[in-house]
Amino acid sequence: MKKIKGYSITLTVNNENYDLTAEPNRTLLEVLRDDLHLTGTKESCGEGACGSCTVLVDDQPVRSCLTLAVAVEGRHITTIEGLSQGGALHPVQDAFVAHHAIQCGFCSPGMILTAYALLKENPSPTEEEIRRAISGNVCRCTGYAKIVEAIKSLADQGRQER
Amino acid sequence: MKDFNYSAPKTVKEAISLLGSLQGEVKVLCGGQSMLVLMKQGMLAPEHIVDIKGISELDYIRFSEEKGLTIGALATHGAVEKSPIVKEKYPVLAEMEDNLAVVQTRTWGTIGGNVCHGDPAADPPAVFIALSSKYKLMGKKERIVNAEDFYKDLLEVDLEHGELLVEVQVPPMPANSGVAQEKLMVQKGDMGIVGAAAFVTVNPSTGICEDARIVLTNVASIPFRAKGSEKVLIGKKIDEKLLEEAGQIASEEVDPPADTHGSEEYRRDMARVFLKRATAKALQRAQQKN
Repeated sequence: MKKIKGYSITLTVNNENYDLTAEPNRTLLEVLRDDLHLTGTKESCGEGACGSCTVLVDDQPVRSCLTLAVAVEGRHITTIEGLSQGGALHPVQDAFVAHHAIQCGFCSPGMILTAYALLKENPSPTEEEIRRAISGNVCRCTGYAKIVEAIKSLADQGRQER
Repeated sequence: MKDFNYSAPKTVKEAISLLGSLQGEVKVLCGGQSMLVLMKQGMLAPEHIVDIKGISELDYIRFSEEKGLTIGALATHGAVEKSPIVKEKYPVLAEMEDNLAVVQTRTWGTIGGNVCHGDPAADPPAVFIALSSKYKLMGKKERIVNAEDFYKDLLEVDLEHGELLVEVQVPPMPANSGVAQEKLMVQKGDMGIVGAAAFVTVNPSTGICEDARIVLTNVASIPFRAKGSEKVLIGKKIDEKLLEEAGQIASEEVDPPADTHGSEEYRRDMARVFLKRATAKALQRAQQKN
């Protein structure tokens, strides 16, 4: 018996509801990029090692490449496109720009979302806590020092929230 | 990833009835942080996926002085790590979670999924075995198995068709006991290249080791219970010489894999080193309690 068919689901992404049909074997990453055209979320390793595909599910960082789209119906998904508001960058994004924490930029969406979630839970993390938090996000340019500085600047100022 | 039929029951009852009725290869999905990797790599291609992440009745961490700690299958690594009762009563589990994987895995990955994956390199099975834990399985009938007996071979566990692991049961810590876990990591959060979980009880008046349970990770096809090492420790006063002897025995008894992270020979030696470290720490904790 094999009767695979698409499942009708409603995904809530960046506070908008999307009604779509997804085969169960499609990852959240595939649906975000290919169906919703939210291409800010990046795919690199595709098997949970690099963190490029990190999105927030109910404000917690999750790898969208190891999450089935059908499994996150009813949850709040935030992608990098959902951080800026009205064309203004979010303070975490501003800090990354100000500290030159972006080189090629491929890891940045995941890195910024992980940093956002960290600061939301712990507004003044230590450097060790910052490094541990972003340890699931690989930067192939190895620009970690600037990334840590950017996050630290927000921790020091305690102004991660608008 | 190959296609599959997907169902997401909302209650244990519903899940059990579904698991019992499905024909062909069925896999239970929870966080999927290990299983989806295998499916993407084509090593696993189940016909049916039963996603239990929505069964909220299995999302709990409870403690009572009589029963000890019970962790529902859906509790995430992050929940165990942050649980005040875990920190207070079983700090070794909070320490283990602090060193387990990265935040993305801890957010979505679950204890139930981890222990059912059957990876001999994983930390929770070893620590649960050292703590004499049991797993509660539900199927046609309820079954309680020792965590130690649950592991059959590489990625193979004692789950029958139609069965679901619903709870991990960790008994209360006996008096004068201590437990610790150590692992060899290149970076915090890595899978241990080799790891050790040790539990010891010490007689407070004589200083003699009365019980020891030591489990090594990533040195065999299942979590490895270092019984030979335990035997030389029990009934004696543990000192450096005895620890070295116990470590040596383990290095000879293990059957480690060889990969890019370490040769067989290296892992044997690290089994000795980490058994000693974890046991020494467990001993120190047992003595501190006196």
